[in-house]
Amino acid sequence: MSATAATSTYTPVERKQGSLKRERRWAMIGAYIALAVFVVFFMMPPFHMLMTSLKSSGEIADLSGNPWLVSAPTLQNYWELMTEGNYLIHFRNSIIVTACTVAITMVISTLAAFALARMKFWGSTTLATGVFLTYLVPETLLFIPMFQIIGGLGLYNNLWAMVLIFPTMTVPFCTWIMIGYFASIPKELDEAALIDGAGHLQMLWKIFIPVALPGILAAMIFAFTVSWAAFIYPIAFLVSSDQMVLTVGIVSDLIRADTFQWGKIMAGALMAALPPLLVYAFLMDYYIAGLTAGATKG
Amino acid sequence: MAQVTLRKVVKAYDGGVQAVKGIDLDIADHEFVVLVGPSGCGKSTTLRMIAGLEEISDGEIAIGGRVVNDVPPRDRDIAMVFQNYALYPHMTVFDNMAFGLMLRKFDKAEIKRRVDNAARILEIGPLLERKPKALSGGQRQRVAMGRAIVRDPKVFLFDEPLSNLDAKLRVQMRTEIKKVHQTVRTTTIYVTHDQVEAMTLADRVVVMNGGIIEQVGPPQELYHNPKTRFVAGFIGSPAMNFIPGRLENGAGALRIHLPGDIVLPVPAERTDRYKALAGREILFGIRPEHLTEAKNLDRPHVAPMTATPEVTEPMGMETLVHFKIQGAEICGRVDPGASAHPGRPLPMAVDMSNMHILDPQSGRVL
Repeated sequence: MSATAATSTYTPVERKQGSLKRERRWAMIGAYIALAVFVVFFMMPPFHMLMTSLKSSGEIADLSGNPWLVSAPTLQNYWELMTEGNYLIHFRNSIIVTACTVAITMVISTLAAFALARMKFWGSTTLATGVFLTYLVPETLLFIPMFQIIGGLGLYNNLWAMVLIFPTMTVPFCTWIMIGYFASIPKELDEAALIDGAGHLQMLWKIFIPVALPGILAAMIFAFTVSWAAFIYPIAFLVSSDQMVLTVGIVSDLIRADTFQWGKIMAGALMAALPPLLVYAFLMDYYIAGLTAGATKG
Repeated sequence: MAQVTLRKVVKAYDGGVQAVKGIDLDIADHEFVVLVGPSGCGKSTTLRMIAGLEEISDGEIAIGGRVVNDVPPRDRDIAMVFQNYALYPHMTVFDNMAFGLMLRKFDKAEIKRRVDNAARILEIGPLLERKPKALSGGQRQRVAMGRAIVRDPKVFLFDEPLSNLDAKLRVQMRTEIKKVHQTVRTTTIYVTHDQVEAMTLADRVVVMNGGIIEQVGPPQELYHNPKTRFVAGFIGSPAMNFIPGRLENGAGALRIHLPGDIVLPVPAERTDRYKALAGREILFGIRPEHLTEAKNLDRPHVAPMTATPEVTEPMGMETLVHFKIQGAEICGRVDPGASAHPGRPLPMAVDMSNMHILDPQSGRVL
């Protein structure tokens, strides 16, 4: 018996650990394969855009070439966009509209979410649900009545109409995200602030906003993305090139009848994608934390 | 500093549920009062009404002689320590403690002086630049107390402040809280469900049950002279034993006849008090420490009985023995050397001078 014990070199526990390691390795391999397929699939369009933007019009028109490769790379499309036409004006307009939309959204949503999450009043729960329901009404249904309102205000073909309209798309969802986030903050924190002598606005400014910063940044990124990428309202309400934002400016100025300036369209679209890309790169961690907290604790 | 007065205070919620049913309480200046009771007894609601965090449905609350029913929390001059500390996570310890003073527009030098003083009392000076997440549970609790101390309020309110701490730290912090009170002497109202905390901290204990006050008194009075079965059973650990029996008059003396033909003599000096009850069914109450191994049997008022322990629990300095008398669960405290073993009959002694007789119907101590 002692001899058997001496020759035995492994135990059930070791066997189990080995099995776990093997299982983990296979899981990792599977995960990497899935991610690789995912990355290739989703990177193909931007890669194709990049390649096209670096081609001359002649190379693009030459159907015998490989669409995925550039034979004579050129920055001509980028240069022309920056020096000719209204691309920079569209870019500036997008920045103005987005910055204003984000600012307006954050002020309204933060105040609304704080009131709905913390200052319990008659009908607050119904109101919170109602705020979210407004988000579910599609833009395609709303732009006709919206057209009448904007026309009545004399803002047709005016950039500032977008500053008025975009918050209607962003405020409901941002409020909803922040209601969830504010609700996850312990009630004792506002009670402590009340006893310390804070009023409701001080409590919001000095306690809730700093503590709920991840949720607020998540809402901010959402508002930024929606505003930057909005298409239906700008194409319905903006007709002059100098009032247009990037999304409609690119397709309006670079497509003339059946002439598509593919190189410039791709270059313009790629440059337009840069700001959201940078925002996401810097704030992604906050974005995920904010959405998760809102989803699970709200 | 101030006294706190509650007059016929009621808290009723929608649907008619009453959490607090018209309580009266007078808390003197400098006093340390502990509200104790089981979950749902209304103790935290009472504290929150004093703080102004809950509106009162009826009655009157006064702090320092001023009725504060409609006064917001910030104007009541109170400070509160919460169960989960409620520290502001984005602020340093210094800022957490200074926040209330900054809102009240104290000048910076005064804020620093007060924070440093509180930090010295609580020995948290080296932690002032840390954020709450970098503190242990005990340190967080000290900071929460510091936040209350710097305000120098009329009343401190503690809402189960030690419940989140482990057993050892709880004992340590209990002592800290007592020391702080002895230093600052601020009127303190402390809520807990832990009767040991209540007994060790309080000048007076308020036992609450079902939204009413069962009894108010110094810890020793509650322990030795409970007025109701609830108080007798709630205060003391292990709890008091209750055995149904009958009070009998025999041979010129009163006796308590318990199931299993156990007969215990009532001390002579209590005969007058109980003689009118002779012949009645009663509830006999005795604390475990008055039910010991057979010793001092020659002393007056010590009566013998035999028990067969079902379970023994060695605690080090004593052993708890659990046995049954006709279905009633009984606990006694014996010496570790008393040879208490499950299933083996153990001669025991009942100290009748510490017995209690209760009315089985009303639960009142007679």
